Amino acid sequence: MKFISDIVDGISLGSIYALIALGYTMVYGIAKMLNFAHGDIIMVGGYAAFITLSANWCPMWLSLVITVTVCTLLGIIIEKLAYRPLRSSPPLAVLITAIGVSYLLQNIALLTQSANPRMFTSIVNGVPPFLQVFKGRGAVFFKENPYKAEGIKSDLTISTETFLAIIVSVIIMVALSLFINKTKAGKAMLACSEDRGAAQLMGINVNGTITLTFAIGSALAAVAAVLMCSSYPLLTPSTGSMPGIKAFVAAVFGGIGSIPGAMIGGVLLGIIEILAKAYISTQLSDAIVFLVLIIVLIVKPTGIMGRKINEKV
Amino acid sequence: MKKQKLNNLITLGGTSVLCVVMAVLYSVGALDGNHMLKGMLVLIGIHIIWALSLNLTVGILGELSLGHAGFMCVGAIFGGTVSQIIRANAAECPPGIRLLITLVVSGIMAAVFGLLIGIPVMRLRGDYLAIVTLGFGEIMKSIANNIYLTLDANGLHFGFTKPPENVDEATAKQILKGSIGMQTPQDTNIWWVAAILIITLFVMMTFINSRSGRACMAVRDNYIAAQSVGINVTKYRLMAFTISAGIAGIGGALYAHSVPMITFGKFDYNFSILILVFVVLGGLGSMRGSVIATIILYALPEMLRKVNENIVNARMLIYAVILILLMLWKNAPFFINLREKIKARFKKSDTARSGGAEA
Amino acid sequence: MTDIAKNENDIMLEVRELSIQFGGLRAVDELNMKVKKHALYGLIGPNGAGKTTVFNMLTGVYKPTTGAIFLDGANITGKSPVEINKSGIARTFQNIRLFKGMSVLDNVKIGMHNQVKYTAIEGILRFPRYFKEEKMMNAKAEELLAVFGLENEKDTLSQNLPYGKQRKLEIARALATNPKLLLLDEPAAGMNPNETAELMNTIRFVREEFNMTILLIEHDMKLVSGICEELTVLNFGQELCQGETSAVLNDPKVITAYLGE
Repeated sequence: MKFISDIVDGISLGSIYALIALGYTMVYGIAKMLNFAHGDIIMVGGYAAFITLSANWCPMWLSLVITVTVCTLLGIIIEKLAYRPLRSSPPLAVLITAIGVSYLLQNIALLTQSANPRMFTSIVNGVPPFLQVFKGRGAVFFKENPYKAEGIKSDLTISTETFLAIIVSVIIMVALSLFINKTKAGKAMLACSEDRGAAQLMGINVNGTITLTFAIGSALAAVAAVLMCSSYPLLTPSTGSMPGIKAFVAAVFGGIGSIPGAMIGGVLLGIIEILAKAYISTQLSDAIVFLVLIIVLIVKPTGIMGRKINEKV
Repeated sequence: MKKQKLNNLITLGGTSVLCVVMAVLYSVGALDGNHMLKGMLVLIGIHIIWALSLNLTVGILGELSLGHAGFMCVGAIFGGTVSQIIRANAAECPPGIRLLITLVVSGIMAAVFGLLIGIPVMRLRGDYLAIVTLGFGEIMKSIANNIYLTLDANGLHFGFTKPPENVDEATAKQILKGSIGMQTPQDTNIWWVAAILIITLFVMMTFINSRSGRACMAVRDNYIAAQSVGINVTKYRLMAFTISAGIAGIGGALYAHSVPMITFGKFDYNFSILILVFVVLGGLGSMRGSVIATIILYALPEMLRKVNENIVNARMLIYAVILILLMLWKNAPFFINLREKIKARFKKSDTARSGGAEA
Repeated sequence: MTDIAKNENDIMLEVRELSIQFGGLRAVDELNMKVKKHALYGLIGPNGAGKTTVFNMLTGVYKPTTGAIFLDGANITGKSPVEINKSGIARTFQNIRLFKGMSVLDNVKIGMHNQVKYTAIEGILRFPRYFKEEKMMNAKAEELLAVFGLENEKDTLSQNLPYGKQRKLEIARALATNPKLLLLDEPAAGMNPNETAELMNTIRFVREEFNMTILLIEHDMKLVSGICEELTVLNFGQELCQGETSAVLNDPKVITAYLGE
């Protein structure tokens, strides 16, 4: 039972990684840059949700709208001010700029929100767990423990946060796949990731497409922020950096630039992390995640679903 | 060529003079009135050593290493272990000799780690290399945080994630205590830091101006062209990465012996980035820049602490803004054009002036 | 080249049934070619004919799918770019690839990388061998720069050179590796007629001065007909025609390939 519960937790965490990884993989595929600040957009989303949720005047739906809007705008602004001017610059300069942006966001949060962790209240606070299984007595959905009076604890519990993370992620992935493959804007994205120059010649607004990519990626980060903070409620200015880096690992794992790859990579990484925490060592779980990254990059740098790109001579 | 040589001599000479003057002032007690500066000098020196070594990878090799702190950590661990063993087994060994042995061992071990990690890492480039070095750095830190070493009459006992068992309790002496860290003899003094700093700077400059250093820069500037003129790209990338790691390790050992208690959590990804900020703001590939930027960026916030506590807190914020603006200033087409225009205007006014003088 | 090579020893480069496949595309198909020592040989053809791909196989950037390459009698098929350069092929690139952040002189000195032997340690600690070999390198590099009229710009950053001089510097760098065979990939691209005429003289001079065999890709027919003795014409990866320049250029097949039916 514990193993099943771990796997479910892993899938849930992995779904969040997958959402973040989607942002990385889309930006990497289209703008050809590693947006180091992506993780910190999650952190900003976390604070936006925290502040609005704890305000009395703000209903939950509005809080979610505000969070997504804040992150989307932030993504667009960062792209316009910091990344667009460097579009044809050496990769090293772009990477350093992205690190600078990441640091800027973290330190703004540090100065305005202080380093003290905030306790995030889950958006499904008060809702009973999604599933509780009792050996020999069956399962209940969305109900409080019916055997509480008899002192029986459930053998397997899947929290609503866990369930929500998985469901929301799946819906978003399906929607995103449809958007990219069926709409004109989505096809423009595919064209830009294939060959930016050719796309421009075909009349595609490349700058607009890249902005759209950042906007979508940041909006996904906002959703990921709410889901992640609901499951892991401690919010600090550096909340976003580790999940951000791990999501990049997931994106690479799945094959950078590939949307199904980001999903598979994210879920696999989530499972690996939770199992490592449960059966090897909590302190070493991050190290194990990085070990996975290193092995993937060295053995198969193109990831599970990725393609090989050669430099033209 | 002449100008470049002169510039190098100025950098090396200027830094050496500064080091020696500071060390002398420190030793004769002239700085006793200024506790803050006195406390900072050794740390500034060590940070300069780290910045110089990172500049070799980032500026000369052109690859972003985000795991530099990992090599400092390796140096600190091996150095601290060696010095504690010497202290326990050969108490009569003078601190100078003890530190020398420590530095040699830590440099070699960090270089070995650099080589072993470099073999897989140097197959990658750009973003992937950056993220993998970040991964290795975090792995090294995590492992360091979980190592326990205990020395007893029977020798050294090793424990991972928990202290070693079956030690001889009577003679046991804990050398490494996982995330609690270790207590090293405080052998580092300003003279050692000054000497290592000058040696590091010398090694960097002679390396850059040698066949091997040029090969590294050729690889940085154009990978394919470098191969086409017969440069073994992997060999030189590994060489620079290894040297960089080795020197970072020596810096790590110096650091470990300058503070009473060292924990390895410090050597995380954020610390690598801090050193990277020094390197980038000093100018990629410019050793003089690394020295100056480290001094200013390390010392200035501390100096300003007296004026306003908030400045220190806002330090990283300001660095981040400068980092972004510097990258834009150097690379964005808008700023490049602006610079050209300004340059053209100055030239025009120059010629106009000289023309006027002739007439 | 009036004396026809009868002896195998007179061949600098021999390419036998060289092919390369990229996925479903056969970019170069069964190419055969013999370049005599001291020859000025042209490889021409319409855009996308596979000329640069041939260069990339000759220099080890791509591994040929089938076929063999012999340089001065030695089989160099499938060797790495570094090994191939060491065995005696140097090249320039269609889109100039200089070491941008380094001085003109250093660009040439990097070309001499494998001709000096002092180790990294000797360089760092400044052993006498460092000074001796650096002095030799500097002298030789300055000599080479003088050949190309770049001696006054030796301390300039290579990226600040005007276009024509960048092309020249790339040739100088290639020559600095002391090759037997020099491959020039569109050396006259982007040059005006005056510059092209000057380049033709330079190429001829290089051949005589360094006793060099030169194989070049070029679109400028004036340059090709002016200096190449023999030509191979590629079209869609296949050899269309081969032989003496004047004969090849008057071949109706070649004219059709260039101008269309």
